[in-house]
Amino acid sequence: MIGVGKIKQYTNVLDKPLSKGKQEVSLSAFAFLFSEMVQYNQTQVDNIAELERRLEDAGYAVGARVLELLCHREKGNRRETRLLGILSFVHSTVWKVLFGKALEIGCGGTLVRRVLMEESDRCQVADSLEKGTEHEDEYMISEKELLVNRFISIPKDMGTFNCGAFVAGIVRGVLDSAGFPAVVTAHFVPVEGQLRPRTTILIKFAEEVLRREARLG
Amino acid sequence: MAAIYSLYIINKSGGLIFYKDYGSAGRMDTNDSLRLASLWHSMHAISQQLSPVAGCSGIELLEADTFDLHCFQSLTGTKIFVVSEPGTLYMEALLKHIYELYTDYVLKNPFYEMEMPIRCELFDINLSQAIQKDRVALLGR
Repeated sequence: MIGVGKIKQYTNVLDKPLSKGKQEVSLSAFAFLFSEMVQYNQTQVDNIAELERRLEDAGYAVGARVLELLCHREKGNRRETRLLGILSFVHSTVWKVLFGKALEIGCGGTLVRRVLMEESDRCQVADSLEKGTEHEDEYMISEKELLVNRFISIPKDMGTFNCGAFVAGIVRGVLDSAGFPAVVTAHFVPVEGQLRPRTTILIKFAEEVLRREARLG
Repeated sequence: MAAIYSLYIINKSGGLIFYKDYGSAGRMDTNDSLRLASLWHSMHAISQQLSPVAGCSGIELLEADTFDLHCFQSLTGTKIFVVSEPGTLYMEALLKHIYELYTDYVLKNPFYEMEMPIRCELFDINLSQAIQKDRVALLGR
């Protein structure tokens, strides 16, 4: 038989290394799915805050699963227990897996290969907190253009609504499941000289997290 | 030199869902543009019926003394057409590109209602960039 012996045989399925997962997903397929998700949720709510909350809840479920998967796949079944550790886990590992790969996208019948990761700005860590956040329990992840917002124009009458609420939900899902309860929100931040505002994801940790951090030193 | 006079997008029932004019020539008020859009829709449909060629998909180019009208019809019946200076080249490519922008920034936008007028900021931004680029390319040729 051709190919026999090339693949290492594992007697026990549990000995098999966990697959890396498929790294490429069609951006169009994702965009349409996300668009439908927003449209469906819109039919279920009667105000914008409620819509934001529903998107966040959808993201939360993703975040909880992503944490489980990535701790197993990338970190050898360990998870971060320190504040800065979990934050860098979010903005490096989680971000890379969710948004950071070259995607195969189709537009108008031609396949174009594009790298989608904006050189994602680091989330601000302890001593380099961005101006405007005076609170030590607040951290920010800021991105020029969030993948979920790539094709979305918010109508004027919806005010400050941001579909990044979904991504905020993912972040909250990861943090909460890792034992760092936090309130996570997505905001548009206008940039001078730029037509489009950036999206900033604001993380505000619960008091108990900071108390625990202080105790751990 | 304004190569393109105006751009129209009409939905499958002939309603104008997007109109933009570039430059001063051929400027029209809202009623006129609506009328022209539905007129073109009907003419396009009639031309399909009258054509001596079997399987004709309708008029693609209308050449007049003072303008050219290039039309692109998508599979779903949405039509995009530009009115340009006579003899302007590479309009098919531009129309294809505009169609790409339409599929990306209009159809993937959850706040856009099908067959309704297009009010999407991202579409406007990318469209004006495309037209700008096209103009620069034309000047270079």
